[in-house]
Amino acid sequence: MSILIDKNTRVICQGFTGKQGSFHSEQSIAYGTQMVGGVTPSKGGQQHLGLPVFNTVQDAVRATGADATMIYVPAVFAADGILEAADAGIRVIACITEGIPVRDMINVKAAIRANDCYLIGPNCPGLITPGECKIGIMPGFIHRPGKIGIVSLSGTLTYEAVWQTTQLGLGQSTCVGIGGDPIKGMDFIDCLAMFEADAQTEAIILVGEIGGAAEEVAAEFIAAHVKKPVAAYIAGLTAPQGKRMGHAGAIIAGGSGRAEDKIAALEKAGVVVAKSPAGMGQAVVKAMRR
Amino acid sequence: MNLHEYQAKAVLRDFGMVTPRGVTINEPGQCVAAAAELGGDAWVIKAQVHAGGRGKAGGVKLCRSIDELAVTAQSLLSRRLVTYQNAPDGQPVSTLLIEETLPIARELYLSITVDRAAERIGIVASSAGGMEIEEAARTTPDKILRETVNPVSDLMDYQARKIAFGLALSGDQIGACVKLIKACYRLFVECDLSLLEINPLVVTGDGRIVPLDCKMAVDDNALYRQKALAELNDLSQLDSKEAEAHEHQVNYIALNGNIGCMVNGAGLAMATMDLIQISGGKPANFLDVGGGATADSVAEAFRIILADANVKAVLINIFGGIVRCDLIADGIIQAVQQVGVKVPVIVRLEGTNADLGRQRLAEFKDYSGLAITAANDLNEAARIAVQSAQGGAK
Repeated sequence: MSILIDKNTRVICQGFTGKQGSFHSEQSIAYGTQMVGGVTPSKGGQQHLGLPVFNTVQDAVRATGADATMIYVPAVFAADGILEAADAGIRVIACITEGIPVRDMINVKAAIRANDCYLIGPNCPGLITPGECKIGIMPGFIHRPGKIGIVSLSGTLTYEAVWQTTQLGLGQSTCVGIGGDPIKGMDFIDCLAMFEADAQTEAIILVGEIGGAAEEVAAEFIAAHVKKPVAAYIAGLTAPQGKRMGHAGAIIAGGSGRAEDKIAALEKAGVVVAKSPAGMGQAVVKAMRR
Repeated sequence: MNLHEYQAKAVLRDFGMVTPRGVTINEPGQCVAAAAELGGDAWVIKAQVHAGGRGKAGGVKLCRSIDELAVTAQSLLSRRLVTYQNAPDGQPVSTLLIEETLPIARELYLSITVDRAAERIGIVASSAGGMEIEEAARTTPDKILRETVNPVSDLMDYQARKIAFGLALSGDQIGACVKLIKACYRLFVECDLSLLEINPLVVTGDGRIVPLDCKMAVDDNALYRQKALAELNDLSQLDSKEAEAHEHQVNYIALNGNIGCMVNGAGLAMATMDLIQISGGKPANFLDVGGGATADSVAEAFRIILADANVKAVLINIFGGIVRCDLIADGIIQAVQQVGVKVPVIVRLEGTNADLGRQRLAEFKDYSGLAITAANDLNEAARIAVQSAQGGAK
């Protein structure tokens, strides 16, 4: 078991024939992901990377039975791409594209409420169930099938958590990079609930950062609903107030969103919080021994 | 992207709102004409910088004569304004806004921003204007009014009315306030703003509702479709290194430590700053070179980091995912030679071909004699960087 995706997941790529879409589709195929095709409007009927290209997501779903998509289209077209996938009945929609205006995401979130789908991102590395299915831009080789569920706001920090758990021989059940934008698809608590219910996942690592209150909400959720051991790391202890630190969501405004408050909330919920980014693997080991 | 107050007020007027009559000037000599144009016997002069706290920092003054106006203009235009919100060396003042004075009966607060928890546009108002909303939220939380807008229905009249009545307005002021809130909301949406703050929104002695100050920020991701607003960007308000980084699309924020940081990924870049602090050092900057980390982007990043004279060591932390670490090592070596880096450089490479990358750096060190160290892990890299920075130019 795992969450969201596994070896049976049938994946398409939107923006398939573009540079990013081509490169990362190749990587996903090489990893063993069951890629079944891709979408580029007006290139329907062609073959690309040995797979069929479709004009619309609906055509792709009808022809291939795809139930997941990874989106690499430019930011200008990304909201359209997400809604097209949702409308075509795709269950797992990973939007890798960064730089989508907040207003577009507000509308997307309101529109997909009626659809039975999970949106991951935007502005995220994607998600992976090691050894089975890779949807996104993460390097496959650092992962090992195993017992830790990882949910993270940040791309490269996810890789740190993955690499540390791989080196400790723990491996990962599924890793979800939910992205650092202020308005996004799945949040910490959606993933925490899934990991809690997943038989393969024995412990969870949550990687957060300054800004917003998602970590505090996660802490409340953990206290009430999560029995599995949880470790966490929060980036941005040294970040100055009012400056946007790379991710659109990462900003401490008017004294809220501070790392100290998030760490305190998580510790109160029984989470082992690593003070250093190098200590995420050790923190989850400690959480599992408790 | 932030707008200046005078730019923000022009946008308010574009959306049908009335602002205090005002004139912008760029040199003290223009004061006389400005005062004559506005009339009256007192004026408010306001330094235009991208920072709050201008009043407390002496950037906003009431002047009761043209002489006083000219002297104040001279003084404001000749120095950088330092407020508690901006960098220690402040920001340059190249424009002043001179406005008529208004008889003020009440000061209110109104802002529109993105409510992350509700995943909607949110409106916040308070009858305690003139102070910072964070302070108002702490001292008089019951006075804070909030509405979030369902994007399907857009802002409804009843929501604006709830705010107007909640602000204890009455009579014609209710209709005027509803109209103003709706105009602000339309402006926020159509201009892709991330912040619109009117503080204070004043009720004048004769009962009018007028935005006295205004802050606006445009969503950076939407600038491609807000071309007119994008042209208003005043790069002089950014730290000079941040402005240069902005030009090269490198994500850089200046801090006050002495260890320069170069990292791929925003989260890892913040984490690297934290790690330096935990290890007893202080980061000189936040810098995300992005996913590619090519020789060119690394060289540019070096130039930006080393323009800060405080930097005594540079820590490079790269988790090579799709990009191979041996190629990144080559890029670093090329950049170090090209830029002429004189401070110790500590490199932590992890990911694809990390061993090969570390080997390349070790070989280069042996042959060039430059102080470039390939660390074996994250902790070691931070420790060596802190030691190097404390050792100074060794």
